[in-house]
Amino acid sequence: MKLPLNYSAKSLFVRKTTTIVTIFGISLVSFVYAAVLMLSGGIKETLVQTGSPDNAIIIQRSSITETTSSLTRDHANILKSYPGIARNAEGRLIATPEVMVIVNLKKKDSDDMVNAPLRGTETNVFDLRQNVKLIEGRMFTPGTSEIVVGAAARRNYEQCKIGDKLFFGKREWNVVGVFDAGRTGFDSEVWGDTEQFMQAFRRPLYSSMTVKLTDQEAFENYQALADNDKRLRVDVKQEQQFYADQSENIAGFIRILGTVVTTIFSIGAIIGAMITMYAAVANRTREIGTLQALGFSRKSILLGFLIESSLLAMIGGLIGLLVASGLSQFSISTVNFDSFSEMEFRFSLTTETITNVLLFALFMGFSGGFLPAVRAARLKVVDALRSV
Amino acid sequence: MSTIINIENLSKTYHRDAEELQVLKSINMQVENGEFLALMGPSGSGKSTLLNMIAGLDTPTSGKVTICGSELSQMNESQLAGWRSQHVGFIFQFYNLMPVLTAYENVELPLHLINLSKEERDKKIRLALNLVGLPDRMDHYPNQLSGGQQQRVAIARAIVTDPSIIVADEPTGDLDRKSAEEILNLMVRFNKELGKTIIMVTHDPHAAGRAHIKKHLDKGTLNGA
Ligand SMILES: Nc1ncnc2c1ncn2[C@@H]1O[C@H](COP(=O)(O)OP(=O)(O)OP(=O)(O)O)[C@@H](O)[C@H]1O
Ligand SMILES: [Mg+2]
Repeated sequence: MKLPLNYSAKSLFVRKTTTIVTIFGISLVSFVYAAVLMLSGGIKETLVQTGSPDNAIIIQRSSITETTSSLTRDHANILKSYPGIARNAEGRLIATPEVMVIVNLKKKDSDDMVNAPLRGTETNVFDLRQNVKLIEGRMFTPGTSEIVVGAAARRNYEQCKIGDKLFFGKREWNVVGVFDAGRTGFDSEVWGDTEQFMQAFRRPLYSSMTVKLTDQEAFENYQALADNDKRLRVDVKQEQQFYADQSENIAGFIRILGTVVTTIFSIGAIIGAMITMYAAVANRTREIGTLQALGFSRKSILLGFLIESSLLAMIGGLIGLLVASGLSQFSISTVNFDSFSEMEFRFSLTTETITNVLLFALFMGFSGGFLPAVRAARLKVVDALRSV
Repeated sequence: MSTIINIENLSKTYHRDAEELQVLKSINMQVENGEFLALMGPSGSGKSTLLNMIAGLDTPTSGKVTICGSELSQMNESQLAGWRSQHVGFIFQFYNLMPVLTAYENVELPLHLINLSKEERDKKIRLALNLVGLPDRMDHYPNQLSGGQQQRVAIARAIVTDPSIIVADEPTGDLDRKSAEEILNLMVRFNKELGKTIIMVTHDPHAAGRAHIKKHLDKGTLNGA
């Protein structure tokens, strides 16, 4: 007892202009919604990928970020003394105390300043972070004013090519290498020697310590030891969890803001769809009467018009998604609200985002089409047949 | 021959605001299976209203309408819709084809209400379009066809489900002489060869002349002729 699909589909394009305008509106809203989801998804992806599964990060208890945390040298030695820490090929413990400082650097091709994250670390950091590779130049030499920069840092900050000099901490620093940290937060960082950074910024304390553990069991053991050690007041977190928690805040914020904005926009799109569908019903009153005379039930007429408006919305949703998918080629550099430092994100298109956007488009079509469809289904057949 | 339409004491009253308008007054009418009946009468006499009752599109205020053994006055709306799809073929003055569908798809429309395979549907559609002489116009849209051709597509749509009754409300009212003649010839043929019972409302005495029986409605009462 169903109206054929081609009847609904072809009817859509009888009134071309209104239909196209409506599709445009729905695709615009779908695009904005998709962009928001892709951005928050990309932020999450970036931050989660920043962590390695075997690593644990230790920061001062109740600090949220590395920049607000401090650990003394004694703390670092205690943390290195626990069992369960993995060793590198030369048999050295893979445990790196680091210092994080935020400095103002000039944004590339602009007069704006950005909060660039500096990380004081050790040359064996690549044992700890195997997803980070030196792609140009060489690693900094300990005890000197040499620094290496992430690929995104080189893209986004001024004076970050090999041979360039940066000025911060009342000193000049030489860029000697570039590392690629993929789509992670590290990619936007500038790395140098821990001791040099501590001197330059007159900061005798570490910010955090990151250790590579032998396995999952070792992590729980390590965490318990640190928690119960009276000499320390620290939190031990799996590195991935640490960054995932950070991403929750900023990604969640963007998602909520974006949802509010798209909701407001969508009201316009729904009203547009409603006007289009009311016009369709008014123009096709005699057609509807004829369908009823032929024996199509009120239910199938209701369904036919709902399918029509859903098709309208689906086309809009798909166009919006298609345009938004082009965004995944772009990356944007923005502030990570948790650490207030610069980080480069990508728009990431996931199947979850695709499903959400299409469902949202469908929702718009359904909401806009419902009342007109009810009106169509409620027409009295004899009256509808009389209309011209 | 058996009685296919039996109308007893049928009355229909419309209410417009406080006003009552009795459009049909105690109509009694029997039609035998295979008849071709023309319903005539001045404008506003209630012809379309009576036709709608016979076709199960409207329900009487009082009285009994029994068609093909089913008492329509006892059926609810969705039962009536189902009944129409099986027993009645419609021909309208303005053809009432779906403008977005081709001739083929228009004829196919009522077949969607019956359980048929695609092949069976296709066979029936081609047969019906052949019978009305439009086998080469299947992929044409209504606006690519003349009025007479559109009405022939509508006739194909009316007979494709093989209904026992065909109702036609001024089927030639919008056509020139020649096209009207073609339409009437088709109706006479389907009445004779396929044994369809036809009830046709018309203002045109010539068209009415092609029917076996003429009935006149005047101010809601029926006079046979
Ligand atoms: N839904 C309705 N509500 C109120 N009055 C109606 C309704 N339908 C029909 N009428 C009235 O009933 C009367 C008969 O209408 P009907 O359409 O049956 O006449 P008709 O004989 O077919 O006329 P015509 O030859 O002009 O088509 C008319 O006066 C019409 O105004
Ligand atoms: Mg009439």
